[in-house]
Amino acid sequence: MIQKRTQEIAVGVFVAVGLAALVMLAMKVSNLSSLSDQDGFEVIARFEDIGGLKERAPVTVAGVRIGRVKTVVYDDKSYEALVTLSIASKHNQLPEDTSASILTAGLLGEQYIALEPGGAETMLKPGGEIKLTESAFILERMVGRFLFNKAAEGTGESKAPEGAAP
Amino acid sequence: MIDWFQKLGSSSLALFERLGRGGLFLMRVFSAIPSLVSRPRLVIIQLYSVGVLSMMLIVISGLNVGMVLGLQGYNTLVDFGAEESLGQVVALSLVRELGPVVAALLFAGRAGSALTAEIGLMKATEQLSGMEMMAVDPMKRVIAPRFIAAVISMPLLATMFSAMGILGGYFVGVGLLGVDSGAFWSQMQGKVDFYEDIMNGLVKSIVFGFVAAWIAVFEGYDAAPTTEGVSRATTRTVVHTAFAVLGLDFILTALMFGSV
Repeated sequence: MIQKRTQEIAVGVFVAVGLAALVMLAMKVSNLSSLSDQDGFEVIARFEDIGGLKERAPVTVAGVRIGRVKTVVYDDKSYEALVTLSIASKHNQLPEDTSASILTAGLLGEQYIALEPGGAETMLKPGGEIKLTESAFILERMVGRFLFNKAAEGTGESKAPEGAAP
Repeated sequence: MIDWFQKLGSSSLALFERLGRGGLFLMRVFSAIPSLVSRPRLVIIQLYSVGVLSMMLIVISGLNVGMVLGLQGYNTLVDFGAEESLGQVVALSLVRELGPVVAALLFAGRAGSALTAEIGLMKATEQLSGMEMMAVDPMKRVIAPRFIAAVISMPLLATMFSAMGILGGYFVGVGLLGVDSGAFWSQMQGKVDFYEDIMNGLVKSIVFGFVAAWIAVFEGYDAAPTTEGVSRATTRTVVHTAFAVLGLDFILTALMFGSV
């Protein structure tokens, strides 16, 4: 039979290691230490096309994440996507003419919102709207447009001499 | 034909009778738990044999599972040039699924079977009846401390499993295969949510611990008081816990992560 004291120490170590593992998961593995979604202020932005933007996608300024996409809903009145951004309250120094564009991380990566601060004196208020928006870059559409332009160029060149002759 | 129906009927009746006995047994365990407040020493002894002695198995298994995940994940991801996401793959699969499930299966094999065999043998050798003769309630003295110790140990063990697995993935990914250390952690932190992923994993492990503890002590208490009965009960503990954990895991996963 093991000594009572050793046994109790072993149980104490067991519980402490378990709790330490939980703390490690919380601090080192999850986003709890970097950003909590609660203390953010919200701004909205309207986009013509959000591509594949999902809720909880990052919101960045100069490549640094300062918030998350909170909700994405479709607006019946303007026929646009209404995106609510939740931005950490310590970063509330965004000018009113900040522009938002939806970019893709890498060629096939996830989509995120990049904000570019403008030069206005007044700052965005909580609940305000980002007016300047740029829709998502959609690869298929770009390829389609590129092919269409190529085809148009091709016919344009063959027609050009005829048009120029008379 | 009639015989077939009779067999079906009797086996379903037996199943429901067993479930009912299990439920009543659980109620009796619950009513015995408050008496442990005045005698925490009983729980500590059980925490030692159920939790501390399982720790080595859980830590080593977790490390191995994490290292294998690191290797396999890297080989798949490197084809897409996405090996920086290795941290995210390892962390999410461990925290959400593998941590709670594999830890519960190992726990059933290591601690659950021992609990059943111990209680079953106590019953077979009439120690439980002996306690009753001495006006000691075996529910309070034997069953409830073991049940509580198993319920407390399981979430702790599952958390250790996940943490060790992530470290194992880190050793293989960053140390052996040359994934960038900063990208490994930052991609992980970017994608793992504390409430959504870690807390839900913890809830899973608590549910599994509860079920594993219930099955283990019930099978032991309900075992036929013979050598064969104890051996069958021990086997049943491991098999039933595995079924229950895997079945519940699907239901819990569908509830937690189904409609993202």
